[in-house]
Amino acid sequence: MVGRRLAAGVVTLFLVSVVVFLATEVLPGNAAYAILGHEGTPARVRALEVALHLNRGLLDQYWIWISGLFTGNLGHSLANGLPVWGYVEPRIINSAILVFVTGVIGALAGVALGAVTALRKDGWPDHVISVVVLAITSLPEFVVAIALIIVLSTAVWHVLPAVSLLAPGTYAWSQPELLVLPVATLVIVITPYILRMMRAAMVEALESDYVEMARLKGTPEWRVVLVHALPNAIAPTIQVIGLTFLYLAGGVVIVEYVFNFPGIGQALVNAVNGRDIPVIQFIVLALAAFYLAVNIVTDVIALLATPRRRIVG
Amino acid sequence: MAVNVPAAPEARLRQARRIRQHQWGSVLWSAARTPRGMIGLGLAAFVVLVAVIGPFVAPNAPDALVTLAFGKPSGQFLLGGDFLGRDVLSRVLDGGWVLLIMAACATVLGIAGGATAGVSAAYLRGASDGIIMRAADVILSFPQIVFALLLLSLLGPRLWLITIAVGVSHAPQVARVLRSATLDLSERDFVKAAELQGMRPAKVMWKEILPNLVSPLMVEAGLRLTYSIVIIAGLAFLGFGPPPPAASWGTMINENRDGLSLSPWAVIVPALLIALLTIGMNMFTDAFARVAIGVDRQPEEAALIENLSPGSR
Amino acid sequence: MSEKPGGKGRPGAPPRPEASGKHSVSQSAAPQAKTTTAQPEARLKVAGLEVRLGRSGPDVVGDVSFAVQAGEVLGLVGESGSGKTTVALALLGHARRGLRITAGQVLLDGTDLLALNPRDLRAARGARVSYVPQDPSSALNPALRVGTQIREVLQVHPGAAGNAGDRVAEVMQEVHLDPTPEMLRRYPHQLSGGQQQRIALAMAFACRPSLIVLDEPTTGLDVSTQRHVLDTVRRLCRSHAVAAVYVSHDLAVVSGLASGVAVMYAGRVVETGPAARVLGEPVHPYTRGLIRAVPSPERIEALAGIDGQQPRPARRGPGCSFAARCGHATGDCATQAPELVTVADRAVRCLRAQDIQASHPARTPLVAGPPAGAGMPALSVREVTASYGSTPVLSGISLEVPPRSCVAIVGESGSGKTTLARCIAGLHGNWTGEITFQGTPLARGTRQRDKNALRRVQYIFQNPYTSLNPRRTIGQIIDQQLGQLTGLSHAKRSARAASILEDVSLDPDVLSCYPDQLSGGERQRVAIARALAVQPDLLICDEVTSSLDVSVQAIVVELLRRIQQERHLAMIFITHNLALVRAIAQSVVVLHHGTLAESGPVEQILEHPAHPCTQRLIADMPRLRSSRTHRPPDPKPA
Repeated sequence: MVGRRLAAGVVTLFLVSVVVFLATEVLPGNAAYAILGHEGTPARVRALEVALHLNRGLLDQYWIWISGLFTGNLGHSLANGLPVWGYVEPRIINSAILVFVTGVIGALAGVALGAVTALRKDGWPDHVISVVVLAITSLPEFVVAIALIIVLSTAVWHVLPAVSLLAPGTYAWSQPELLVLPVATLVIVITPYILRMMRAAMVEALESDYVEMARLKGTPEWRVVLVHALPNAIAPTIQVIGLTFLYLAGGVVIVEYVFNFPGIGQALVNAVNGRDIPVIQFIVLALAAFYLAVNIVTDVIALLATPRRRIVG
Repeated sequence: MAVNVPAAPEARLRQARRIRQHQWGSVLWSAARTPRGMIGLGLAAFVVLVAVIGPFVAPNAPDALVTLAFGKPSGQFLLGGDFLGRDVLSRVLDGGWVLLIMAACATVLGIAGGATAGVSAAYLRGASDGIIMRAADVILSFPQIVFALLLLSLLGPRLWLITIAVGVSHAPQVARVLRSATLDLSERDFVKAAELQGMRPAKVMWKEILPNLVSPLMVEAGLRLTYSIVIIAGLAFLGFGPPPPAASWGTMINENRDGLSLSPWAVIVPALLIALLTIGMNMFTDAFARVAIGVDRQPEEAALIENLSPGSR
Repeated sequence: MSEKPGGKGRPGAPPRPEASGKHSVSQSAAPQAKTTTAQPEARLKVAGLEVRLGRSGPDVVGDVSFAVQAGEVLGLVGESGSGKTTVALALLGHARRGLRITAGQVLLDGTDLLALNPRDLRAARGARVSYVPQDPSSALNPALRVGTQIREVLQVHPGAAGNAGDRVAEVMQEVHLDPTPEMLRRYPHQLSGGQQQRIALAMAFACRPSLIVLDEPTTGLDVSTQRHVLDTVRRLCRSHAVAAVYVSHDLAVVSGLASGVAVMYAGRVVETGPAARVLGEPVHPYTRGLIRAVPSPERIEALAGIDGQQPRPARRGPGCSFAARCGHATGDCATQAPELVTVADRAVRCLRAQDIQASHPARTPLVAGPPAGAGMPALSVREVTASYGSTPVLSGISLEVPPRSCVAIVGESGSGKTTLARCIAGLHGNWTGEITFQGTPLARGTRQRDKNALRRVQYIFQNPYTSLNPRRTIGQIIDQQLGQLTGLSHAKRSARAASILEDVSLDPDVLSCYPDQLSGGERQRVAIARALAVQPDLLICDEVTSSLDVSVQAIVVELLRRIQQERHLAMIFITHNLALVRAIAQSVVVLHHGTLAESGPVEQILEHPAHPCTQRLIADMPRLRSSRTHRPPDPKPA
C-alpha cells in the first residue's frame, strides 16, 4: 500500500518537474533576452543562452536539468553566482526549523483547544471562541504579521526586533529570538484551522452511536471521552495537521519576507524578482518533493491510527 | 377498509409552493438573517462599497504628490501621507477595485474549471477520473502562492497572468470537493432513473447532479473568493501587484512599512480593510454552510473526513 | 419527577382495575393461565412514562405503562414515529438530544431508575439494565477491538463478575461465538452483521442484568441469522430469568418471541395484553389495521393497509390520534382523549373499546389471478452470468416471465436478486447470456438500448428517499420521464401526469410538491406513477416495500397487484420477504448465492419446497401466530 503511494508520488513528482521546467524555460521569444531585459547586449545574451543551455533542444535542456539534480550539479545562481545548493542549503534548514517549530506548537494547541471546545459545546464561551477563531482563520498572514509587529515592536512594547538582522548564510538557531515573531505569526494563522477540524471530528465522535452505546453501558464520562471519542477524532485531524505542514510550505514565503528571515521563501521571492531561473527551479521542485513526503507520512500515520483502513486497505 | 381513498390535500402544499420557488435563494436569505450571516454580510458589503465607490469619491488623485512623506493626518489629508507624500485616503479609496475584480475572475475560473473536472471525474469514472485527478495532484503539489510565483517568474507580474495562476491553483481543490460529493450522488437511485430514461451522460450531469451540488458549490465559491483575495493581496504585498504608481491595498501595506512609527495609517487602513473583507466573507460563507448543509464545519473539512477516513463513521 | 397515580378514576365511572395498563402478563390470561394464587411482583413496572421535546414542549410519548415478569419478553410494537425507541431508551433513563423525560417511573425490582442520581444511574446501566442497539455496526466503536469492548462493561461495573476473563469467555459461548483470542482481537468491521449483533448481545448479558432492552436488533439481518439471534435471546432470557423488552415493527417476529405485547401509536400505548390474544384477536382499530396489513404466507389474501399518516409529536390534537384514520370513529373521538380500559382480558385505549368485537380481522381472499397468458413469454432470461469487476455475482440464471403474469424473485441478501434486476433493466452492463423481451434481444446497457426498449421495461427502486431528485417537483419529475421516453406534446403530458397520479390514489396537488414534503409511502407511489406513465409492458419492482412501514407496505403491494391485473402487465417482484409473495405473484424464483435454487408456481414452492435452501428460508421465516393457530409461549421461566 505504501509502495503504491510512493510510486504514484514519483510519477507526480516527475510531472511536476515537467511543469516547473516548462514554466521557467519555455517562453515566447528568447528566455535569455527576457531575463536580461534592457541590459542584454548580444554578447551577453549569447553567453547567458549557453549558460542556460538554451541553444540545445527542449528535451536536451530538460535532461540536463534533471540529471543535474541527481548528480548534485544544480547550476549557479544568476544573481550572485554561487552554486545553487550552497546558496539554498542553509536557507532550507532555517525554513525547516521555522516550519517544524510552528507545526508542533500549532498542532498541540489546536488539538488541545479543539477537544476542549468540543466538550463545552453550545455554551456562550464556545460561541464566542468559535467566532474569534473564524475571524482569525480568515486573516491573511501579512495582516497578522503586521498586526504583531505593530503590537509588539513599535507602538506597544519595543520588545522584539521588527526586522531580522540575521546575515544570510547563518543558521537560525544562533539567534533564536529572531524566530519568535515569525513563529508567532504562523502559529496564529494555523492553530484555528487545526482547532476547527479537531472540534468537528470530536463533536461527530461525541454524537455518534457508539458513544451513545458506551454511555448506555454505564461508562463514566471521562472514559467515554478519552477511550471512545478521542481515538476516532484523531485520525482525520492527523491528516489536517499534515495539510498544515503543506500549507506552511507556502506560508513561509510571506512571513520570511516580512521579517527578513533568511529562509527558502525569501530566497524564492528574491529569485523571482531577479529572474534567477536555476534557483527558482530548484526551490519549487524542493517544495513539491516536500509536499509529496508530507502526504505520504500523514497517510501512513492516519492508516496506523484507523484500524479499519489498516486492515481493509 | 378501502385502499383507494385519495389522501386529503393539506395546507402544507400551498404553503410550500411559496417557499420553494428558489430553494437556494431562500437559503441565502435565511443565512443572511443569522447573527453570523448579518455581521459577515455587513462587513463584506462595507468594504466592497468602499472599493467600488472609492475611486469616484477620492478627494485627490491617488498618484499625486500632495503632502510630506509620512505626513501626519490633518484636516486636509485625513489619513496623512504615504512614503512618497501621496494622500493615503485617496489611495485607499482607489486601491481595492482591481483586487476585487481579479479575485472574482480567479474564483469564477477556479470554480468553473474545478466543478467541471470534479463532476466529470466522479461521474465518468475510469480513465477520465484517473487523468483528471492526476492532473489535480500535480497542481496541488505547489502551494498556491508558489504556483503563482512560478508562473510569474519570467513574464513578470502581469495582472492577467496572476488571475489565471490563482484561478488554476484553485481548481484542483474545488475538483476534489465536488468529486467526493458527486461520487455520493451518482450512486443515488434518481440518477439511475435518469439513465434509464436514456439520458446522455452530459445531460445527466447537468440536469440531475449539478442542481444537487448547488449548496457545496456556493460554499466553495465563498471560500475560494476569500482565498483569492488573500493570495492576490499577498502577491501585491510581495511586490507582484499592479505596477506603481497604481494604488493597491496589498502593495500599500508593504511600501509603507518603514514608516509605521511615523504615520501608521498608510499600513493600518488597507490592512484593516482586507481583514474586514476576508472576515466578513468567511463569516457569511460559514453561516450559509450551516443553513444549507446543516453541519458545523465547512465542506472541505467534511470532504476531508470523508476522503481520509472512509467509512469511519 | 411527579408520579402518576395508577388508576385514573373518573367521577361517575365504575372503578376499573388495571385501568392504567400496569398489566402484568400472567394475570391477564384467562383459563389457560398456569399461575397459582398470588401474582409474583413484576420485575419491571413502567408507570406513566412521559418524554417531551424540551422541558415543556409537546410530548413525544406519554402515559406509557406496562409491566414485565422475570424471564419473559414483552414486545413493544409500533411503526416508525410511534415513539417505541424513545420508550426503550427511557427505560435506561436516557433521552436523545432535545428530549427530556418529564414524568413517570421505571421500577426495576422496586428501584425507580428515573429517580436515581447520575452516579447511581450510571452504575445501573449495563449492570442491572442493558441495551441491545438496532445497528451494531455503528454502535460498536470502530477503533476498539471487540474483546476490549465486552471487557469494558465488566471493568466499568466491578463486582458484576468474579473473573472478567472467565465471564467474557462464558458469555461469548452463550451467544455461540468462539471465545478465542483471535476472535476477541478483531475489530467490528471484520465481523459479519450477525456476529456483530451477537457481540452486542454478549455485552448486554455480561453483567447478568435484570432487564434487557432490545431495540429492533434484527433489522438488516438475514432471515436465518435473525432466527438464530431470536433463539439466543429467548434462551438467555429463560436461563438467566431476565426480563426483556423487545422493540420491533415486525409483528411476526414479536409473535414468535414475546408472551406479552404493547402496541404503540403516536406516542401512546393503545393496546396491551397477552401476545396471542392481542395479535390473534385485536380490539383496537389500529391493531386490527396492522394485523390486516401483515402478509401471510399461508393464504392468498388481499393486503389491506391503513390510509393516512401517524401524526408527529407537535401535531397531535386533543382527541384520539388515530381518529382521522379510524373506521369506528365517532364525533367524540376527535375531542376526547381515550383512557385505557380493560376489555376481553387486555387493556385498550379506545372510546369504542366495548363495541368492538375481539376477533381475527378478516381479509378479502383473492381469487388465484388470471391464468398466466399463453404464448411467447414477456421476458426470457437465458444463462445470464454477471459480475462486479472480478467478483462473480450471478451464474447461469435462466427464467421466464409469462405474459401478464407476476414472477417473484426471492433470496437472501447477496443472492444476486438486485443484480439480476439491474441486468434486465440495463443498469448493470457487465453480463453475458441472453435476455429477450417480447421476442427481441435486449442490449447490455441503457446506453445501447433505444428509447422504445427503455420505455417498455420500467424499474421501481427500493428506497423512495433517493429515487426522486430532491430538487425537482413531482410534476417536473413525471414530465421529464414523459419527455424523455415519449413524443407527447406538452398538453398531453400534463394530462397524462394528472391521470396517472389519480390511478395511484394521489391528489393532483402533489404535482407541485417537492419529494421531501411527502411521506415514504407517497413517494413510492410517485415512483410507481412515474414508471406507469409511459405505459410499459414490464415492471421490475426491486424490494419496493423494504423501506416502508407494514401498513404502508400493504397499500403499495395491493396497489401494484391491482395495477398489474388491470393493465395486464408482466411484473418481476423482488423481495427478501417470502410472506409477501403470496399476495402478489403467481410464480416464484429462488436465488441462492447467485445461482437458481428452484422455481415454480407459488403454491408449489411455498408448500412443497424441494431445494434445501428454500426449505430453510421457509422454516426460518417468522410467522404471525394467533391464539387460533398457535399456543402462546410458556410464560414460566424454564
